[in-house]
Order: sequence, then structure tokens, then C-alpha cells
Amino acid sequence: MPFQEKKQFRILVAVVVGIFAILLLRLWYLQIINTDNFRTQSEDNRTRYVLIPAERGPVFDRNGELLVENRPSFNILALRQDIGDRERLFESLAALMGVDPAEFEKNWQQSKALPPYIPVPLAEDVNRETMEKVEENAVSLPGILVETQPMRSYPNEGMGAHLLGYLGQVTEDELRSPGFEGYYPGAYVGKSGLEKVLDSYLRGSPGEHRIEVDVKGKKLRILKTREPKPGNRVFLTIRKDLQMAAEEAFGDQAGAAVALNIHTGEVLAMVSRPGFNPAFFARGIRGEEWQKILMDSRHPLQNKAIKGQYPPGSTFKIVTALAALKAGVATTETVVYCPGSISFGNRRFRCWKRGGHGWTDLRKALRESCDVYFYKVGYELGIDRLAETAQNLGLGSLSGIDLDGEKKGLMPDRQWKEERFGEKWYDGETVNASIGQGFVLATPLQLAVMTAAVANGGKVMKPYVVSRVEHWTGQKLLENVPTMVNEIAFEKKHLKAVSQGLEAAVNERKGTAWSSRLEEIRIAGKTGTAQVVKLKEKLGKNNDEEDIPYRFRDHALFVAYAPVEAPELAVAVVVEHGSHGGSVAAPITQAIFSHYFGVEMPVQEETSP
Amino acid sequence: MFDRRLLTHFDWFFLLLILFVATIGILNLYSATFSWKVYGQPVYMKQIYWLAMGITLALSLCIFDYRKLKRLGWPLYFLTLGLLGWVLMFGKTSMGATRWIDLGFFNLQPSEVMKIVIILALACYFNDRSYPLGCSLRDLIVPFLLLLIPFGLVIKQPDLGTGLLILFIGGTTLLFVRIRYKTLLTLAVFGALTPVFGWFFLKDYQKARIYSFLDPERDPLGAGYHIIQSKIAVGSGGFWGKGFMHGTQSQLSFLPERHTDFAFSVFAEEWGFAGCAALLFIYFLIVAWGFFIAYRASDRFGKFLAVGVVCMLFWHVVVNLGMVIGLLPVVGVPLPLFSYGGTSMVTTMIGVGLLLNVSMRRFMF
Repeated sequence: MPFQEKKQFRILVAVVVGIFAILLLRLWYLQIINTDNFRTQSEDNRTRYVLIPAERGPVFDRNGELLVENRPSFNILALRQDIGDRERLFESLAALMGVDPAEFEKNWQQSKALPPYIPVPLAEDVNRETMEKVEENAVSLPGILVETQPMRSYPNEGMGAHLLGYLGQVTEDELRSPGFEGYYPGAYVGKSGLEKVLDSYLRGSPGEHRIEVDVKGKKLRILKTREPKPGNRVFLTIRKDLQMAAEEAFGDQAGAAVALNIHTGEVLAMVSRPGFNPAFFARGIRGEEWQKILMDSRHPLQNKAIKGQYPPGSTFKIVTALAALKAGVATTETVVYCPGSISFGNRRFRCWKRGGHGWTDLRKALRESCDVYFYKVGYELGIDRLAETAQNLGLGSLSGIDLDGEKKGLMPDRQWKEERFGEKWYDGETVNASIGQGFVLATPLQLAVMTAAVANGGKVMKPYVVSRVEHWTGQKLLENVPTMVNEIAFEKKHLKAVSQGLEAAVNERKGTAWSSRLEEIRIAGKTGTAQVVKLKEKLGKNNDEEDIPYRFRDHALFVAYAPVEAPELAVAVVVEHGSHGGSVAAPITQAIFSHYFGVEMPVQEETSP
Repeated sequence: MFDRRLLTHFDWFFLLLILFVATIGILNLYSATFSWKVYGQPVYMKQIYWLAMGITLALSLCIFDYRKLKRLGWPLYFLTLGLLGWVLMFGKTSMGATRWIDLGFFNLQPSEVMKIVIILALACYFNDRSYPLGCSLRDLIVPFLLLLIPFGLVIKQPDLGTGLLILFIGGTTLLFVRIRYKTLLTLAVFGALTPVFGWFFLKDYQKARIYSFLDPERDPLGAGYHIIQSKIAVGSGGFWGKGFMHGTQSQLSFLPERHTDFAFSVFAEEWGFAGCAALLFIYFLIVAWGFFIAYRASDRFGKFLAVGVVCMLFWHVVVNLGMVIGLLPVVGVPLPLFSYGGTSMVTTMIGVGLLLNVSMRRFMF
């Protein structure tokens, strides 16, 4: 055997060893050095996380009456990789459910862009009967499955809708913004009201199934399950019966009402009309429903109790009276002659009563709502002292209620006008402000807080609607206690004088709020009319309210508290475009008070102008 | 004609190595295709049939003296060339490539046959030539032509993988002839430049494979998918592997072509680095033992034949493993004895038969 050949074989074997060594090194690199990385990738390949939505926490009223809960909703889904003859399948499914198969095809086409392992929702929120039919026939419907998901349900339909708020799917923008960590695409979040404010308490945390899938995403088995944690239970300060009574009393009218416990600031009822049905949002609102709500000029989604800003009108006279007494500009003995109008400088200001009230003291002025009296007193008081008292009573600033989007109204003074318009304050504007017109704006909630403060001796309480939040184990996570924002040192006799005037307004035949009285409970209150536009004159001398178009009609206001002897409840009512101050708001006020005190509603007498 | 001594000299060790790998391969196929819905025979059963047929073929090739093949070398070479030509004109087209001749019961792939025949032809050519001073470039013209004609016909199909393998098998066999250093250098430079020019002749799908080899993440669900999934399978195996039948990549079908070209990925995932090293060692033993057979062969024809067959096995192993573990682009080259497929099994076993034949007649002159 030649020597040369031996050498050649040695080289060949060496080359083979070298190349095999490279292969082995590469295997070492993949399987030893980088194995963790590849192991993760292979795990990602074979596992999927499927969310189990958490049940949102229920909401109760102060007595434990259920306001919002959850119900199971059944969805019919199609698992795409398991579906063969789609057309035939859809036809038999549609026949079973009694619907049009074209609907399924539409949903199918819409979901085409989704990853193939995500089931296509064919029909959402079907009723139990349909769901059971589909389940029974599961064998003949390969690839069709039924999914159960918790859905918000409202046993009292639209009751307290603004307060409770509605849900919507979390948007992409929200997901990207801070404060939305832990939310997942497709999750429902609170978009308004308490659902929004208390979302972190209500939403709970979703669980998940870790499932093994094959390359087509077909679910093979559940590897691990983390149970979802339900949301916490929320108890409100609201009284359901009161809320319902107030809403019913509104009928078709637009407006708002707030009822407060005068000592604590607890909100016992908060109404905003027109309302909406939050259940429509829970299942995903339809385009036409959404359009209808958006196009409604009466803004059904707006919580007018905290977002509606109205000129307080004559209800503001309570503030003017207190400010004047406090400043000593007027006393209980002060009398003003009302001839039906009064002039300051070269301007004449009219009383609502053309013929005038004659000699008028504070009691009579409040009872009959004499404008001239307050024009004069307010003029002498000056805007700054008037504004100070009003601001102390919470007007022009946020009440601090635990709801989202509260408006702060407006209590103008010299400084404000200077900053806002760069103009000096005119005395005529003081005259207007003293009867709650001009620049003055207040929300119904602010009016209720103000009324409560007058009733409780000058304590401005922070209103609140959430009593407490409890974990399902009973552990208290949040508890609200009454908070005093401000205490105004009114003299007792001043408060008493105002109180007597307000009592007279309701309980005496000449009082403007006579129609709001109750037999068994003595109410103190003040009516008000807020001018929407100063078009009355322009619309013609004929002042008959019925002839004025709805949208130009004045708002009717009423603030009240009761019982006069030992006040408990303060109420503010605004009826948009309600015109006749006392008479329109009266049934609503009466409904709230009579339900609160458990007395009979009076038989409504036909209102006459 | 049949000498009893032949039985005593029969290379049991080599046959055992081959059978050992084939057995692991079948177990691996069993695991790889376990989740499949079976219509008729399961894949691993079919592979057992092919193995049985292969062994029969290998053993029957041992009956006659391999030296008789000297006379068959040239006719077989030209016949196969003819078949390659026929394929180009009348062959059966499947997946964009024309590679097969439909024989009714069997799809004949002449390019596979050429792998063996080229070895035979080269052995015939060099059998009665010797170069005491080493081979010059001029001496290599004819052997190169012998290689390039089938290469050209195969890549025209197009089947770059098999074409390159034919070139590799022939090329390395040529290295076994003594070549002058100067000539070797020229060849090396030329060989290095070829891929650069060759690029312009590649089809788009072939370019895509090379792109995706260089950067699999470019198109992770398209061209890069095979490489990525294969690397995940191999890498996630770790040192000890996930265990027989427990590879998630393969059992859950993330791995494509896992019963054919990517069978090794399944093995690597389930048996880990330990298993891979062991398997690689056995392949190394086969190659080394093959060279030993060539070394011991009693004549020049036998040596060339043996070296050629070993080169064929070696390059299949290297190219397939290289592709599976992401060192080489994806070219459809099966792993001998491991990948499912009748053609591969038959070709491999013919080679094995030739090696056994050469080995057992090492003392016969």
C-alpha cells in the first residue's frame, strides 16, 4: 500500500472530523448556549393565553337594594379551523336559531382579519332558549361553540343612568395612556358616571386559561387556569325608592333634581332627564341608537344635576337675603315699596308682578318673590359682598362631589369681570345678580348644597354619592364620611328670618310655591324662573307662555328643605323650559319629600296660571 | 462463484451501524408522524418496508463481484444521462419542478440515480489511469465534463440541491486522485468564484431560500418559516431533550416537512444535544469506517467506488444537518436513513451494498 494513499485518507478523515466538529459546535450553540431563548419561543408557539373576563362589582343603594349587577350573556361563536362547509353550516344554524344566515356570513367576513385561532362571533347575547337549542345540537354543528360572558345588567332599567354611568370598550388611545395599565383590548371600561370614577374598584381582575394549541391554533388542552377576581361591591348613598319617585315625577320633562341629607351631604337622589338605558351600552351600542342619542337636542347623556349650569333666578334671593342681613344692609324690619319697577340711574328694572307688591318686608319679599325688594337690597349691598356670601355657600366653585365632570357654575364679582372682559362692573349688573340673573350660573347640585347649608345653620357640606366600597369578603376598601367644606357664621335670627320667608312661600296661599305644599310636612322653599333668552319682549307683547316655542321657554327652578322645625332633606329641582316656576317643579318636589317622609302624595290639582 | 470466505469477511460491523441508524430513524418517524390521521399504512411502516427492500437490495448487490461493474459503468452513465434528458422533455411536473418519470408503481427520479452512477463512472474513468506526477488541469477536463453535464441537466429541472450534491460527490472523489498543488490552487480560486457568477442563474425561489437563510426573520411566515421553526425545535431541545414523543414543535405540527427533510429537527428536539452528539458520532463512524473500507480495498476501482459512496453519504449528512440547524440554505436534501422516502432509502442502500461488496472482497484479487 503506497504511503501517499495513507496520507490522503488521513487528510480525508481530518476534514470529516473538522466538518462534523462545526456541526457539533453549532448544535452546542443552539441547544446549550441559546436553549433558553429557543425554549421560550417554542413555549410561545404552543401556548395561548385566553382571558376570562372578571365579573364587575355590583352596585347597591344605601339600603342594599341592587342597582347594577351582572347576568350571563351567551354568544354563538365559530371556530374557523374546524369549519368545513360554511354555507350549509350557517344555514342549519340559522334555521335552528330562527334568524337570517346572511347575518352570520356578514360577521364572518368582518372577522377575516383576526388571527385564525380567534373564534368569530356569529351572534351575540342570544337568549337562554336559543343557547340551549344550539348546545343540544352541538354534534351536528361542528366548529360552533357557545361562550358565556358576564354582562352588566340593570334591574331598574334606566334608573339613575347618569349617576351609574355606562360602559364601553376600551379605546386604543386609552390603552396607550397612563392609568390604563392592566386593561386589555376588548375590555369594557366605565365611560361615565360611577362606572368611570370607580372603575378601578369595580372591574376586578381578569383570569386566564393557558392553553396548548397546535400550529393551526386548535385548542388541545388547558395547561393552567388562573381564576378571575370579581370586582368590589359599591354601596351608594342613594335611596332607590326616592330616586325612582323623582324620576317618575319628571315624566317627559327635561331637567334635573338633587336631594341631599342636609347634615351629611349624602346624595339621596340625583336625577337627570331625559335619560338613557345603559343596557344598550353594555352589549355594545348600535350605530342608530348612538346617533339618536347624539342628535337629541336635550342631551340625554349629560348628567344635568352636576353639568347643567342654569341662572338660579329667584332661588338666588335666599343668598341675597342672607348677605344683606349679614351686612346689615337690611333687617327683618326693613320695608321697600314695590310699585312694579324701580330705577337705578337711567335704567328701570321691572318686578315680575306688573302691579307691584306695595310695601314689602323680607318675609313678604321671599314669600311673593318680590324683585324690587331684592333689587334695592342688592344694589345697596354691592356685588362684592353679595358674591362673597354666595361663594361661601359654594356657588361658583366645584362642590367636590365624587363624580366625574362636575361644572362649577359662575358667581361673578368685580375682579372676575375685569379679568374676563377687561371691563369695570356696572351697578346694573349687581341689580340683575341679586335676583340670580345676569352672569350668575349654578348647577342643581350647587343649589341643593346651598339650600342644605341654609337649612343646617350655615354648614356647607361636601356632597357624595358613594357610601362605601367593600371587597366581597366584607373588608371595607373605601368609606366616605361627611366632610364640611365651609362654615358660615350666620346669625341665628337671620337664618330664622329667611326660613320663615321660605316657609311662607310654600305654606301660605299668597306664596309662590303654594302648589308644592304637603299636608303633613312643612316645607320651606323658593321658586325661581331662569330666563333662557331675553326674547320675550321681541316675540311680542303677548306674553302667554304657551305661545313661546319650547326652546325659548324659561327654566323652572325650585329649592326647598323640610321639615321646617328640624330640617333633614334639601332638594333642588330644575325643569328645563318649564316656564311656570312653582307649579311645574311642584310635583317633583312633592314626590321626593313625600317618599322621603313616607307621607301621602297630595292629589294634584289642575294647575292654573 | 460464491466463495464461503466471503461470508467470513462480511462486514457485519458496517451493516450494524447502518441498521442502528435506520432503526433510530424509524422510531423518530414514529414520533414525528404520531399526531397524523392515518389513511392506510402509517409513515413509519412504509419506511420499514423501504428499509427491508433496501437491505435486500444491498445484500443482493453483494452476491456478485463489484469489479463486474467496470463493464456496466459507462452504459449506466449514458443511460442515466438519457433519462435526465427525457425528464426535462417529458417528465412529470410537481411543485414547479420536473424531476420524475412516472413508472406507474413508482416515480423514478433520475437525478437520484445519477448520484450513484456518477461514482461508478468516475471509478471506471480513473481505474486504468494513474498520474505519477499528479493530475494537471488538462487531465481533469474529461472528469469535469463527466460531472458538469449531469449537473447542468439536473439544475435545469430545477433541482439545485441534488445538482450541487452530484458536483460535491464527484468533486471530493476527484480530490482523492492525486492533483498537483498548482492545479488545486487554480481549482480553489475557480470554485470560490463560481457561486458569485452562479447567483445570476438562480431562480427566484432559490434566491428566496438563500435570502431567508441569511436572514430568516425577513419573512418569518414565508420563506424563513422552515428555518426558524427548525432552529426553535433544535434549540429548545436543550441538553437532554424533551423526551421521545414529547417534542412540542413536532407533536403540535409547528415543524414543517418533519418526516422528510426536517426529521433531524424532531430528533434534536426530543433527544437534545446528548442525542444529537451520539447520532453525529454514529454518522462519523459510518463515514470513517467507509474510508477504512476504501483504504483496505484491494484495487483502485474499489477504492474509488468506496470513497465515492462515502462522499455521497457524508455530503448528504452535512448538507441536511447544516440546513436543519441553520448553517446552510434550505435545499431539499434528505438525511440518509433518517428522512422518510423510498428514493433516498434505495440510493443509500445501493451505496451501502457497494461498500459491503468492496469490504468483503478486500482479499480477492
